[in-house]
Amino acid sequence: MARDVSGPVSPKEITLEPQERYHTIAVLVDNEAGVLARVIGLFSGRGYNIESLVVAEVDTEEKLSRITLVTSGTPMVIEQIKAQLERLVPVHKVMDLTVDGPSVERELALIKVRGTGDKRVESLRIADIFRARVVDSTAESFVFEMTGSTDKLDAFIELMKPLGLVDVSRTGVVAISRGTRPM
Amino acid sequence: MPNACMSGSHIVLKALEDQGVDVIFGYPGGAVLPLYDTMFQQNRIRHVLVRHEQGATHMAEGYARSTGKAGVVLVTSGPGATNAVTGLTDAMMDSIPMVCLTGQVATHLIGNDAFQEADTVGITRPCTKHNYLVKDVNDLARTIHEAFYVANSGRPGPVVVDIPKDVSIAEGEYVAPEAIRHKTYRPQLKGDLTAIEQAVELLLEAKRPMFYSGGGVVNSGPAASQLLTEFVRLTGYPITSTLMGLGCFPASDSQWLGMLGMHGTYEANLAMAGCDVMVAVGARFDDRITGRLDEFSKGSTKIHIDIDPSSINKNVQVDVPIIGDCAHVLEDMIKVWKASGRKADSQAVEDWWSQIDKWRSRNSLRYEQGDGLIKPQYALERLRELSKEKDTYVTTDVGQHQMWAAQFLPFDKPNRWMTSGGLGTMGYGLPAAIGVQVAHPDSTVICVTGEASLMMCIQELSTAVQHRTPVKIFLLNNRYMGMVRQWQELLHGGRYAESYMDSLPDFVKLAESFGVTGLIASKPGELDKVIEEMIETDGPVIADIQVDPDENCFPMIPAGSAHYDMLLGPNGEAEVNEDGLAMV
Repeated sequence: MARDVSGPVSPKEITLEPQERYHTIAVLVDNEAGVLARVIGLFSGRGYNIESLVVAEVDTEEKLSRITLVTSGTPMVIEQIKAQLERLVPVHKVMDLTVDGPSVERELALIKVRGTGDKRVESLRIADIFRARVVDSTAESFVFEMTGSTDKLDAFIELMKPLGLVDVSRTGVVAISRGTRPM
Repeated sequence: MPNACMSGSHIVLKALEDQGVDVIFGYPGGAVLPLYDTMFQQNRIRHVLVRHEQGATHMAEGYARSTGKAGVVLVTSGPGATNAVTGLTDAMMDSIPMVCLTGQVATHLIGNDAFQEADTVGITRPCTKHNYLVKDVNDLARTIHEAFYVANSGRPGPVVVDIPKDVSIAEGEYVAPEAIRHKTYRPQLKGDLTAIEQAVELLLEAKRPMFYSGGGVVNSGPAASQLLTEFVRLTGYPITSTLMGLGCFPASDSQWLGMLGMHGTYEANLAMAGCDVMVAVGARFDDRITGRLDEFSKGSTKIHIDIDPSSINKNVQVDVPIIGDCAHVLEDMIKVWKASGRKADSQAVEDWWSQIDKWRSRNSLRYEQGDGLIKPQYALERLRELSKEKDTYVTTDVGQHQMWAAQFLPFDKPNRWMTSGGLGTMGYGLPAAIGVQVAHPDSTVICVTGEASLMMCIQELSTAVQHRTPVKIFLLNNRYMGMVRQWQELLHGGRYAESYMDSLPDFVKLAESFGVTGLIASKPGELDKVIEEMIETDGPVIADIQVDPDENCFPMIPAGSAHYDMLLGPNGEAEVNEDGLAMV
């Protein structure tokens, strides 16, 4: 029996207070022990939201990691979040991709769908429309890999639910500014 | 020249010495035995043995607040570190520079729930400005130098360096503290000139201007207080200060309106509410200052000078933020003001002052001293009078006595007033006084306290005796947790739940048992003699001043009320709505 797996709550599904907005923030930090705990502790300690959070080393020589996080709040709260992040000693730079010019946002998901017969064929057909790739297959299941905006992933996952969705793994949003300018 | 190779504990001592440390407040234990062994074999750094690690942290705070130098604490792993957490949090809230070295179990034992192991960096992460776990002895010297840099620069704060026992035994390289240029941490000192010019323009045009200064002025150093005083006198405008900022402008000056906030003066709070241009200098719009946020100084244009960008627009939206060290910014403001060749609107400012004088004439700090019980305010006024010839430093604990001390003891210089403002830590006063006395052995250091607060770190009396720090404990003993009782009287129908101290010690005997002089006064007529004797005694003293247990601290802005809605005395009516009851 397929479990009811709904993906992570999409930001769009939560109703925000007036004035509140989602912001995607990139934080360049020293890749040292405890740095992620400092960032997360700041958010939980001060009562800020984290909708998604991605972290990986991006510069092995300089030992820098880039944290991309999606948060929400009023302009005053978002300003506080950025100032508080900048106050952390191992933080090099904070960039608000939502307001500092145009940016590209992507998310990757691995989606497991179990089924046979028509449902199995239908899931493959929809995957094709969404340009999802099959990365694992058994006689009764597929694992699809899909990259895109959060909305696109949400839509695909929604369509897979009646077709035997059993498992979802999502990376959360990564983002980068458009144009020539580095962070 | 190759760097010297030495043991980790020698590296620690050498680094502290090169950082100009002359005293450590600490308590030994298993994980720091190598460090204590090395310390035993040198005599350049003094060690003050405390009786509880919390005491060590408050001593370091008192030392730091009165000298401007970082206070240094050394404690062992596990309980040593967890006992230091209150003092670290206190230093974090009040931006006090402190370096706390904690022992840790050997690196191979970390994570194994070893004896006296605690996740010190995990526990202290939210209550320090930064913290480090040093796993390699070759990182030790650099880390300690960096810890001092981080603790002292920008908005100061506590820094923890956690040192596993094997690291303090291992041999490694010592590096000297060159001019540290931290990879990422570089606080901005100079303010933006355009913003400064805009601020001066606003001040020149102001009809009802107001200076609101805070602890940041004291933290910036004595120059900031001098510049603030110069600028305020140049403008002729009124000034108030937070609890933490007392002393950054001379209290004897006629432009001084007294402290503002929950127990601030009527004139200071009403001037804040009624001003048209407000300059916040090193203050952070704390809830004790603003009262109900939506009613806070609605008609004013706000200028905010702060070294910490996260202080700007945190609680109150300001119009002209200036990020920088307040000494630098004030210096530029004075230059710009003078260069403008203009003067303040003297007619408007004169009208503003006559309004303020009307508020002043309410004499909001008045009290009545009869023949019966000693009023705490009277005791403090006598203390002020009888200690004014002395070179005095004052520490306090937390509660009614703290607010009365802030109201009735005047400070003309910064670094003379040590109190736990942000965290409100009962137990701070006595150890802080010992720390101040260690730094200023020839001065008169007075700890104004209450009996409930004093009991929280009473064991440090033993430290005071051992290290010959003749602190004067001025105990305003009302047999109640006074501020709790006051709130219960005004807000909880007079139901005094657990605020009565039923089995208090005889403080004179208690003092004597520690080898401390104990004095007692229970009538107004006995006060002067006891205070004089306290000040002249060569050694620590507890002066048990038995004060009126029912006295309340006024003025008071009840929690959740607007900052112009003040209770001026026992006959005022406290009207607190449900939101207010939920406020601390």
